[in-house]
Amino acid sequence: MADHHGPAQGISRWLFTTNHKDIGTMYLWFSFAMFLLGGFFAMVIRAELFQPGMQLVEPGFFNQMTTLHGLVMVFGAIMPSFVGLANWLIPMMIGAPDMALPRMNNWSFWILPPAFLMLASTLFMEGGAPAFGWTFYAPLSTTYAAPSVTFFIFAIHILGVSSIMGSINIIATVMNMRAPGMTYMKMPMFVWTWLITAFLLVAVMPVLAGAVTMMLMDIHFGTSFFSAAGGGDPVLFQHIFWFFGHPEVYIIILPAFGVVSQIIPAFSRKPLFGYASMVYATASIAFLSFIVWAHHMYTVGMPIAGELFFMYATMLIAVPTGVKVFNWISTMWRGALSFETPMLFCIGFLILFTLGGFTGLMLSIAPADFQYHDTYFVVAHFHYVMVAGAVFSMTAAVYYWLPKWCGRMYNEAMGKTHFWVSFIGFNITFFPQHFVGLAGMPRRIPDYALQFADFNMMSSIGAFIYGASQLLFLYNVVATIVAGKPVSEEKVWDGAEGLEWTVATPAPYHTFEEPPLVPKPAGTI
Amino acid sequence: MGKRVSGAAVAFFAPLAAAENQLNMSPGVTEIGADIFQLHMLIMWICVAIGVAVFAVMFYSIYAHRKSKGHQAAQFHESTRVEVAWTVVPFLILIAMAVPATSTLLEVYDNDEAELDILITGYQWKWKYEYLDESGEPVAFFSNLATSQEEIYNTEHKGDNYLLEVDEPLVIPTNTKVRFLVTANDVIHSWWVPEIAVKRDAIPGFINEAWTRVPEEGIYRGQCTELCGAYHGFMPVEVHAVSPEDFDAWLLAKRGAAAAQTQLAMQTLSVDELMDRGKAVYDSACLACHGAQGEGGIGNAIAGSTVVLGDLSSHMAVVAGGVSGTAMQAFGGQLNDVELAAVLTYQRNAFGNNTGDVVQPGDVAGMKNG
Ligand code: HEM
Ligand SMILES: [Cu+2]
Repeated sequence: MADHHGPAQGISRWLFTTNHKDIGTMYLWFSFAMFLLGGFFAMVIRAELFQPGMQLVEPGFFNQMTTLHGLVMVFGAIMPSFVGLANWLIPMMIGAPDMALPRMNNWSFWILPPAFLMLASTLFMEGGAPAFGWTFYAPLSTTYAAPSVTFFIFAIHILGVSSIMGSINIIATVMNMRAPGMTYMKMPMFVWTWLITAFLLVAVMPVLAGAVTMMLMDIHFGTSFFSAAGGGDPVLFQHIFWFFGHPEVYIIILPAFGVVSQIIPAFSRKPLFGYASMVYATASIAFLSFIVWAHHMYTVGMPIAGELFFMYATMLIAVPTGVKVFNWISTMWRGALSFETPMLFCIGFLILFTLGGFTGLMLSIAPADFQYHDTYFVVAHFHYVMVAGAVFSMTAAVYYWLPKWCGRMYNEAMGKTHFWVSFIGFNITFFPQHFVGLAGMPRRIPDYALQFADFNMMSSIGAFIYGASQLLFLYNVVATIVAGKPVSEEKVWDGAEGLEWTVATPAPYHTFEEPPLVPKPAGTI
Repeated sequence: MGKRVSGAAVAFFAPLAAAENQLNMSPGVTEIGADIFQLHMLIMWICVAIGVAVFAVMFYSIYAHRKSKGHQAAQFHESTRVEVAWTVVPFLILIAMAVPATSTLLEVYDNDEAELDILITGYQWKWKYEYLDESGEPVAFFSNLATSQEEIYNTEHKGDNYLLEVDEPLVIPTNTKVRFLVTANDVIHSWWVPEIAVKRDAIPGFINEAWTRVPEEGIYRGQCTELCGAYHGFMPVEVHAVSPEDFDAWLLAKRGAAAAQTQLAMQTLSVDELMDRGKAVYDSACLACHGAQGEGGIGNAIAGSTVVLGDLSSHMAVVAGGVSGTAMQAFGGQLNDVELAAVLTYQRNAFGNNTGDVVQPGDVAGMKNG
C-alpha cells in the first residue's frame, strides 16, 4: 500500500507534479540557478569596482546590475530556496502525507520561472533593465524610469502571487495536517519559524503589490501618488515600500533561524536550550518587524517624534535577537560537539549573523545613522545578515538534509573546503566594507574616490573567491546525487531528532500516508 | 602603445600611493559631528564587549565540549532564571544607549535661530546653491563635478580629489549657524558632508532642514548619497568654510557679478560677444553629449541638426525644456537669459550651421514670457 504509485515519467513528472518533494526539489534547483545569476551580476559589480575609474561598464549599466543583483538574490534565490526547504520538510516534520493544497503548490512554483525570465529579459530592452536599486524609490522608478519598468512591475506582481499562494499553503498545512499528538508546542522550530514567516508574507506581499500598482498608475494612468507636482508624495513610496521591506528581511531570516535551531542541537547532541523562549522570541521579532520600518528613512526629514519612536522600536529588536543567539550558544554548551559541514556553516552563521546584528544595532541609533545611511556600512550590515545569515544557513540545510533526500552522502572533505573558502572569501569581501562605509563611501556608485581604492580591491578579490566557492558547492551536490556513497540508516546523523529522520533513506516518494506516532519528547528538539 | 601602457600603470599604482586607508568614522569638525562620533564609538565598544563575552563562551564550548575529545552531552535545557536575565540585561543596556542617542538627536533637530539660510537643490547630476537673503541681488549658482572624463576613463592621471571636486563650491562662514533648506528638482538626492555630519534627503516638492556651525576654516567634501540615476556617483559636494569677513567679501562680489548679469540681460550684445559666451556655455553644458564639433554622441549632432537650423522657438523649447525620456535636460532653469541667448546663437552659427541668426537676451526673455 505504501508505494501505490511512483512519479510519472519524463518532463510531465515535473510539469504536472503535485508532490511536495518534487516541488521542493524544483524550488531548490530554481533558487540555485537564480543564486548563480545574481552572483554573476555581483561579479560584474565587483569587477567594475576593482579599481577607481570606469573600466568595464557604463554607469547606467552598473545601476542595472546592482538593481538586478538585489532583486534576483532576494526574490529569486533566498526566498524560493526556503520555500523549497519548507516543501520538502514541513510535511515530513509534522507527519503529513503532503502539503494541504498540492495543486496550488504546483502553480505557485511554475509561475516563478516565467516571472524571472521576464525580469531578466529587461536587460535586452530599449533603455535597459530597471536601474533604480532593489528598493526602487519613486520618482526615479516612475517618471524617470526606462520603459522596462512596466515589465518589472508585472514580474513583482507574479512573485507576490507566488509567495502568497506558497504561504497560504504552508499555513493551511501546519494548521490542519499535523499528525495526532503533534501539538503546536511540539512542532520543530523550523516549522514554527515558517508558520510565522508565512503570516508575515500574507500580511506584507499585498502591500508590495499595492506599491507597484501605484507606480503603474503613476506611469501609465496619470495619477500622482508619488509626485508632489500632482499633490502626491515621494516619501509615501518609501513608507509603503519599507512597511513591506522590513518584515521582508525577517521573512528572509526567520526560516534561517529555524534551520539553525534544527542543526545545532543535532551536532551538539543536546536538545535546544529554550524551545518555548525561541518560539516567543520569533513571534516578538515578527510583531516588532511591523513597527520599525522607518529606520530605513531616518534622513527623509521625519518629525522628531517619529524619529524617536522608530529608533526605540528598532533598538528593541535586539532583545529577542539576543535571546536567540544566547539560546544557540547554551545549546552548544556542554554538548558533545562535532563539526561536520552543516555544523560548520551553522557556527559560521552564528558568528557572522551576530556581527550583522551588532551593526544593525548601531544603525538603529538615528543620529549615528545620519553618518551611516546609504554608505557601504549598510551594505556590509545587510550582507552579514543576509549572506552569512540566510545563505549560510540554507547551505547548512542542504548538506544536512541532502543525504535524507537522495540517500547518498556528500563528500565531507569537499564540504569542509567549501565552508572555509566561503567563510574566508565572505569576510574578505564584506569586512572591509565597514571601513570604507565609515570613511564615507556612498553605496550604489560605480566609481569612487582614491582613498577607498585598497579596500575595494580587497573586497573584489574576496567576492571572486566567495563566488568560486559556490561552484565547488554545485559540484559537490551534483556528484553526491549522481555517485555519492549510498546511506541507508533512517537517522543519517546520530544526533538528529524529528519525524523526518524516522522515514526510510532516501525518503520515499510518499511518506506518512499513515499518520505516525509522535514520540513523546519531540517538542524539545 | 608604450604610452598607453605606462598610463595604465600610473592608473594602477596611483591609488596605492595616494591611499591612507581610513578605518573609522571621522569625528569631523563640528560639535554635533563629535557627539555622533562619541555615540558611534560608545555603541561599538558595547557591541565589542558583548561580542567578546558571547564568542568566548562559544569558542570555549567548541574547544572543551568536543565529541572527539570524548565529551558526553549533558541534557539540560530551559532555565527561567537565565532566560529572564538575558532578556532584562540587554534591555537595560539598550536604555543606556538610548539616553545619549536621544539627546544627540534633539541637537540635530534644533534648526532654530539660523543666521544664514542656504537653499540646496539637487538636480540630475549637480547641486544648486541659493543664498536666501531678501536684501540685495539674489546669489545662486550650480556646482558641477570638476573631475575630467579623461581621469574617469583612465587616460589621465587621477588627481588627489578625484570625484570629490567641483567647479564652484558652496561657501559658508565659520562660527555661524547656517541652515540648509534641502530640496530637489527631479528625483530624490541626498546631500552629505561627513566632516560636518550633515546628511539630508533632497526630495522634489518638499523642503527639508538641516544646520551646521563650522568652527574651523577648511574645505569639506562629500557626495550625493541617494541613488539618483546614472551619474549618481558623479555629483560631489564641496564646502569651503571661510572667516565671516572673507565670506561677506565673497558674497558681495557674487552679488556684483549677479547684478552685472542682470544688466547684461537688458542690453543688446554683439555677435562676437554672444559667440564667445556661447562657446563657453556650450563647452561646459552641451559638449559632453553633443561633441566638441557638434558631431553628436550621447545626444544628437548639432551640426546640421534640423532643430537648430529650424524655427528659433522650437530650438529654444528643446534647450530650455529638455526632451523627456532622454538625457537631454531642461536647461531653462539652469542657464540665465544671457547664457541661453549666447548658446542659441552659438549653436545656430557654429559647426557650419551658418544661419546668421543672432539671439539676444531680450528675445529669450520674450520667448519665456510668451
Ligand atoms: C538586530 C537586528 C537588526 C537591526 C537593529 C537592524 C537595523 C537596520 C537598520 C537601522 C537599517 C537601515 C540602515 C540605513 O539604511 O541607514 C538596516 C538596513 C538593512 N537591514 Fe537590518 N537590522 C537588523 C537585522 C537585519 C536582518 C536579520 C536582516 C535580514 C536578513 C536585515 C537586513 C537589512 C537590509 C537588507 C538592509 C538594507 C536595505 C537597503 O537599504 O537596501 N537586517 N538594518
Ligand atoms: Cu529594517
